[in-house]
Formats: sequence, structure tokens, C-alpha cells
Amino acid sequence: MSLNRNAIAIAGAVAAAFAVGSLPAGAAENEKCYGVSLAGENDCAAGPGTTCAGSSTVDYQGNAWTLVPAGTCAEIELPDERMGSLEPLERDLPA
Amino acid sequence: MQSHPESDACELPASAGVGYKEQHFREILESPGDVAWLEIHAENYMGKGGRPIAQLRRLRENFPISCHGVGLSIGGEEDPDEHHLDRLRNLLEWLEPASFSEHLAWSTHDGKYFNDLLPLPYTEDSLARVCRHVDQVQEALGRPMLLENPSTYFGFEESTLDELEFISGISERTGCGLLLDINNVHVSSTNMLFDPADYIDSFPFDRVGEIHLGGHEEDQDPEGATLLIDNHAAAVADPVWELYARAIDIAGPLPTLIEWDNDVPDWSVLSAEAARASRVMTGQVRTS
Amino acid sequence: MTARQAGFISAVLDPERPVPPGLVNKSRQATGRFSVYRNNVVVGLIEALESSFPVIRKLLGDEFFMAMAGVFVRRFPPTSPVLSHFGKDMPEFLLSFPPVAHLPYLPDVARLEQLVRESYHEADAKPVSAEFIASLPPEKLSQTQLLMAPSIRLLRSDHPICSIWRANAVGGPKPSYGAEDVLIARREFDPEPVVLPSGGYEILQMLLSGASLLDAFGHANAECGEVRLDETLSLLVRYGAITEIRNGAHAPVEGRQ
Repeated sequence: MSLNRNAIAIAGAVAAAFAVGSLPAGAAENEKCYGVSLAGENDCAAGPGTTCAGSSTVDYQGNAWTLVPAGTCAEIELPDERMGSLEPLERDLPA
Repeated sequence: MQSHPESDACELPASAGVGYKEQHFREILESPGDVAWLEIHAENYMGKGGRPIAQLRRLRENFPISCHGVGLSIGGEEDPDEHHLDRLRNLLEWLEPASFSEHLAWSTHDGKYFNDLLPLPYTEDSLARVCRHVDQVQEALGRPMLLENPSTYFGFEESTLDELEFISGISERTGCGLLLDINNVHVSSTNMLFDPADYIDSFPFDRVGEIHLGGHEEDQDPEGATLLIDNHAAAVADPVWELYARAIDIAGPLPTLIEWDNDVPDWSVLSAEAARASRVMTGQVRTS
Repeated sequence: MTARQAGFISAVLDPERPVPPGLVNKSRQATGRFSVYRNNVVVGLIEALESSFPVIRKLLGDEFFMAMAGVFVRRFPPTSPVLSHFGKDMPEFLLSFPPVAHLPYLPDVARLEQLVRESYHEADAKPVSAEFIASLPPEKLSQTQLLMAPSIRLLRSDHPICSIWRANAVGGPKPSYGAEDVLIARREFDPEPVVLPSGGYEILQMLLSGASLLDAFGHANAECGEVRLDETLSLLVRYGAITEIRNGAHAPVEGRQ
């Protein structure tokens, strides 16, 4: 596409994109606030004391891993129709 | 009653403040009640912009701010991280807080940060090292700091100094002020079997610039002994209020923070805790 | 003094190791209490990852995520006390973690969450008003540089990561499979990922590197079959992404495709 034709196309696109009538009025105010979660925060409190899972997480490491993902990944259809299967494939397991 | 010192390290008003949580932004501005100042955790305001910084810029127009660091690792074997000191200096430059405080603890080892306040042995060697770190921090930031007493769950057999000797020594040698966390005193005294009233009575109040009051949780150690955990997830407990009244009786009103970091309650609950601290300071509540 | 930290930290991170010697309570042994730190360090870092990667967590489920995060924090502990930086290694970790190898989109979803977080903490910038942009003659606009807000991020994926993010973060429709180019933009304070129209990624890449709109459009035309310039510009305006229109940008180079 030549420069000239690009310039003409831009003119058209800009006209379409910025035609005042097509701008959503007050878009910034009207849009839903998603309240994005913002990462772990630093604080100076202790956590779960002696009663929580820290000590046992080691059981999940390496070949002893027995969990399978059990969240919404099961709802996502992969293109090769694995359907985000809940069972890890054989080849995916650690040797 | 002693006069309130450390005006160079702490310019907070001798009244109640709370730890700032984003969900309370509007209510703090609209109905502060007895809350006269706010404390923030320095590490949460080291980004370039966005909501956290915008809120803090707005809040500092109405409230003196206490900047409380949690990541300098002053009690560590390694010197405080220079990059982190730079970040702190940048923050303090525009924030101009009424006070900067940190912990007698370590959290960084070999360049890795472990997000917890880890304990250190109290020896002449570690005392000299912590003093060097406090000097480095005060020099880098160009201002005196307050150092906070920790919650302890166990001691180290090589320790030769008790905590009060250790903390007083740091303050004497470096000129830093102290932040007395009274919940930490209660937690440590229960866990380590000492008398918290003795600790309060002997504390060098002429060095104290700020008091912390927070919540803890009761747990048991594997041997079946009571173990209190400093989790900041509950209201201030009654024994802590009693120790606080004892401290105020000795020292007079001091800037007093309600710390509530986990399971953060509604503003009304938090500001009521601050109001209770105010009542203790104005003499409307007394220990018997 | 004895160097305590190294032994302390290895024992915190690996519960199989013995508790460091010499922990006492009034001369009684206090070995059991070491678990306070074992729990608090690891669980505290896991909780930081939970709030940083809410979509990955939802995709994998709470229990799986917590266990996986336990492996992650031991392999890649934070290198800065600023926790909002923690988790940069998550995409690489997911790529090499066998129990999720059957979910090929996960690393890019983690990249997206990481970029959303970066955007959240980026510097503020006031957008140019839509009315002002609309008032410029198109031929002038095409020769100028459009400067983008610092909070803008771009991500190209072979997977429908923006749709996956929306389905899990804000209840968007079930994603159907296909590649997506994503713009992360922040209207005031809340970053939001949106799918870019065809050619939008190429245009933005060029604009972000300082090219004029004409050059950017020319490049996109050379790279893509279809270039939706109007939709791309609408998106940029709607999300307040354009913060300055600068005159005197380098003139379009003759003959550039």
C-alpha cells in the first residue's frame, strides 16, 4: 500500500474513530470499576503461627506431587479437545 | 510523669492513630473521629504512581503520617540494602512523614527477602552490628528513626543480654528513638515467661516516640505451653490495654497506633479502638 | 558471632531439615516453636502470590495453587522487600512445572496478571481529551507522535488470555480458543486488559517506539492482512492511553512499507 493511500486511509480511520458522535459519553465514569487486586502487601504481622500448612507443603514437591488442578481450567476447551482435562497426561508427569 | 522527648525522631501528635488500609480511605477523610494520624507500611508505597500513591498524597494533606518500614532487615547479618535505602529516601522526600520507624528483626538473607520479622540473638557482637545498621539507616535517610521491640517465640542460648539491655543500648549508642509495641511485650512475656509489668516499668520512656497496640492470637506450642502469635488480626486484648494504661501513667500521652493488618474490620470498629486509646490518654480510663 | 541466618533460613524453607540448635525458652528447649517461622514465612509468601495471581489461582483451584505456590516460593523467593514485585518468575515457573504442562495458556495468563500489576503501580499521566484529538485535522494527526501513558502494556499470545482473564476476574463469557493480542490500559487507577483488533498490536508497538501514526499504520499494513486502525484508535481514546500529541516527529520515510 502506498504512502498516499495510507494517509488517505488514516484520514478515514481517524474521522471514524473520533467522530464526536461515536465517542461514548463520559466513558471513564460509566465503566465498571473492576477493582483489580493489586498484589501482596507488606505488613508486619505474623501469619498462621504453628497451626497452618507451611510444614506440610514439602509433601507436594517433586515426584510425590499428587494434586491435579481443580479450578475453572476445566471449563476451557483446548483446540485439540483435551478440554483442560482434570487428569494430567502421562507425558506430563515427572519421571 | 516524664516529659515527652525525641521530638527530633517523632513529630507525631501525642494522640491516637491507626494503620491505614485502602478500604477505609473515604471514611477516614469523612469521619476521622479520634484518629489524629495515620501509619503506612513504607514498602507498599514504592511504586511510581497509581491509586496507592494518589491516596497517600491526599491523606497527607489532612493527617500527619508515620512511615513504618518492614523490609530493612536492621537485625540482619548483612548491611541494609542500599537500593532499598534509596527507595526509602525517595519516599520520605516527598511524604515528609512525622516519623520513620523500623523493627529489631531481620528479613533478608543473601539477597532474598522472606517477608517476616525474624529473631536475632542478643550479644555484644549483634548489638554492635545492629548499632552500625541503625547508624547507616539514619545517615542514609538524614533523620533519626524509631526502633520497635519484637514479638518473640523463643530465645537463643548464645544470648548474653536481655532485650531491654539490648534495646536501650541501641538507643544510647545511636541516638535512635524507640517504638514500644505493648502487644509485643505481652506476647513475648507470655511466651518467654517474664513479667510484662516489670518490662514496662523499666522501659526507657525518655527514648519512646510512639506506642503500638495490636491484636494477637492464642495458640499452643507442641509441648502444650501457651504460645501467643502477633498476628494483628483482632482487637487489642484486655491485658494489653492494662499494660498500656500503666505505660501512659508512667510516661504521659504518647502517639499511639492501633495496628490491625489482617481480617481488617469496618472503620467504625477500628476508630472505636483509637477512641479507647484516646480515653486512656486523657485519663478517662484507669487501671485499678 | 555465629552466623545464624543461613541455617535458620534453610530450616525454615525445608521442614525436613532439623531445627537450628540452641533455641531456648528459660533454658528449656523451644525447638517446637520454630514451626511458627516455618509457617509464617512460607504461608506469608504464598498469600502474597494468591493476591498477585488471582486468575491463575481460580484456574487451578485454591488447594492446587497453594501447594504449587509453596514450591514456587522455595525455588524463587522474593529478591526485593517490595512485595508488589514478587512473582516475576511465575511465567517461567509454570512453563517448567510438569503438573500444569497440559494447560499451555497458563504462562501467558501469568504474564498478563504480572503486567496488570505493573500497570497498577505505574506513573500517572493525564490523557489528551477525545475532543482535542477529534479537533485535529487527520493529516496533521498522522504526522505527529502519539505518546502513550506509562501504564500501557502490550502482550501477544497464542492463547485467548484476555478472554480467560475476563471470564475469571470479572465474569466475562466463556472463552473460545484462539490467539489474542492484549492491551493493558489504566483509566485513572484500575488497569484493564482488552483484546486489540487486527493490526492494533503492530500499530502500538510502533507508536510506543516513537513512530508517527503514518509510519505505524504503514508497518501494520506490511505485517497484517487486515488493519483496524479506527478500532485501535477508538480503544486508545476510550482508555485514556494517549497522553501527548507531539509535533515534529520524524517525517515518514519515503518508500517504507
